[in-house]
Amino acid sequence: MGRYWNESIECMSREEMKKLQDERLVAQVKHVYENVAYYKKLMDEKGVTPDDIKGTEDLHKLPFLTKADLREAYPYGLLAKPLSDCVRIQSTSGTTGKRVVAFYTQHDIDLWEDCCARAIVAAGGTKDDVCQVCYGYGLFTGGPGLNGGSHKVGCLTLPMSSGNTERQIQFMRDLESTILCCTPSYAAYIGETLHEMGYGPDDIKLKAGIFGAEPWTEEMRHEIEKLLGIKAYDIYGLTETSGPGVSFECSEQTGMHINEDHFIAEIIDPDTGEVLPEGSKGELVFTSITKEAFPLLRYRTRDICILSREKCSCGRTLIKMTKPMGRSDDMLIIKGVNVFPSQIESVLLKVSKATPNYQIIVDRVNNADTFEIRVELSEDMFSDTIKSIEDLEKKISEDIHNILGIKAKIRLVEPKSIPRSEGKAVRVIDKRKLV
Amino acid sequence: MTVKQLSVFVENRAGRLSAVTRLLGDNNLSIKAMSIADTKDFGILRLIMNDSEKALDVLKENGCSVTITNVLAIKIQNKPGGLADAMEVLYKGNVSVEYMYAAFIKEDEGTAFLILRVDNNDLAVKTLTENGYSLVGQEELLNI
Ligand SMILES: [Zn+2]
Repeated sequence: MGRYWNESIECMSREEMKKLQDERLVAQVKHVYENVAYYKKLMDEKGVTPDDIKGTEDLHKLPFLTKADLREAYPYGLLAKPLSDCVRIQSTSGTTGKRVVAFYTQHDIDLWEDCCARAIVAAGGTKDDVCQVCYGYGLFTGGPGLNGGSHKVGCLTLPMSSGNTERQIQFMRDLESTILCCTPSYAAYIGETLHEMGYGPDDIKLKAGIFGAEPWTEEMRHEIEKLLGIKAYDIYGLTETSGPGVSFECSEQTGMHINEDHFIAEIIDPDTGEVLPEGSKGELVFTSITKEAFPLLRYRTRDICILSREKCSCGRTLIKMTKPMGRSDDMLIIKGVNVFPSQIESVLLKVSKATPNYQIIVDRVNNADTFEIRVELSEDMFSDTIKSIEDLEKKISEDIHNILGIKAKIRLVEPKSIPRSEGKAVRVIDKRKLV
Repeated sequence: MTVKQLSVFVENRAGRLSAVTRLLGDNNLSIKAMSIADTKDFGILRLIMNDSEKALDVLKENGCSVTITNVLAIKIQNKPGGLADAMEVLYKGNVSVEYMYAAFIKEDEGTAFLILRVDNNDLAVKTLTENGYSLVGQEELLNI
């Protein structure tokens, strides 16, 4: 096995890839138009027919789909195959409003797992590896996706799911896991626990980690790499487009290659919907050109990022996307200012050496927003004097003020006191919405 | 001649102090001296334990942020002016005291023990012993 899972696709020339995308897009639009009444109506309203779509250059003519459409069409409104042809559903956690339910035929599962296999191979995985999957299993796409990809590659797969961290570490040591797949916050937690148990990177055989499903920064990457003695790779995806593996990182670690033979990416201006040229920062939009059961056309991800076709040292020609710089639906408006949790994370990682877990709490008291950030005080942030802790609070507070232009109350809390669900830290509590 | 002090970060919320001290008690650990420095939102619980290694493990296992500081435990006369005499010795010896607190231990009615955090442990030990004060080490703590 070489450096690629599917070299002919991953290193395909731009011309060939465009031709493949054109053919698949034309067929997909026809398939959707004929089978999804909801999308046909959107196309009819816009005055577009399948005949107008002759290739990727015509993509901009198609209407967008948003999360609101998914809610309105729930559960079967966007289904493009009879249920009897479907073999699986996956679903989002549904923390904001109604959950998303995505349907898969066996073909859809295969292509999804194939995308995950590409990610595992890009992270150095071969059939000789032991792949420990600690994403949640079940409705969440993380566990099933990487599990399937790991099978395809032929790794010995440890379907651990998340939680019971000491047992994770015991398996990791006893069965000599070489690849870890989980959320970055859980990877950091496993790393911390490993050290608490008196072990270090030399006591485990891990060489790589594939981490996704939540935003993380370069600082966090370095922290995890140091804690576990591995190279940490990013992976991206969303339930709406299949799950993890829509894009994946290579050894260059400078962005994620999008599996363009399955998903066409566009960057648009989130306000006007206008398609922006390569290199612009904007909202990422995906069109599934191979999925059968739940093929979303021009789905607005709400993730803000940049696309680039710059030559990559790994040899792949697949377009690269940056790590999402924020999500428009994660964005909080506090005291009239746009605040992305990722901005707060970058401040916290600059003022402390550790991996601080944090939580943003927003409320409205007497018609004014209150903004509090709780930060877990890790051991290396803690020292014996009140003054040093107050100085730390002050420094975080000043940096937040400098970056956001508004003040936050910083509150240092005890380690592990911020709740985590499915290994994912609960980052934002907006009490204004609960009223 | 120093003893190990454990400093534990505790949030100011109901039940935290009780949880930490109960945890130590349940593990058969005995507190030889303690103090709390607090602000509106949090406090630092400073502890001298009979078995500091075990206490450190227990606290860490239960997710506490703990740090170890080497402090001095000195024996003074339990009489009016006993503390003032010791302070004067340190002041004259150019040692500054960052904080101090009394220990629960005593050998007899005539003596008391103080825990001191100073800017220079070596200098303080030298100054105190030269002036006839005795300091308690980690092993002796177990026996008092
Ligand atoms: Zn690459």
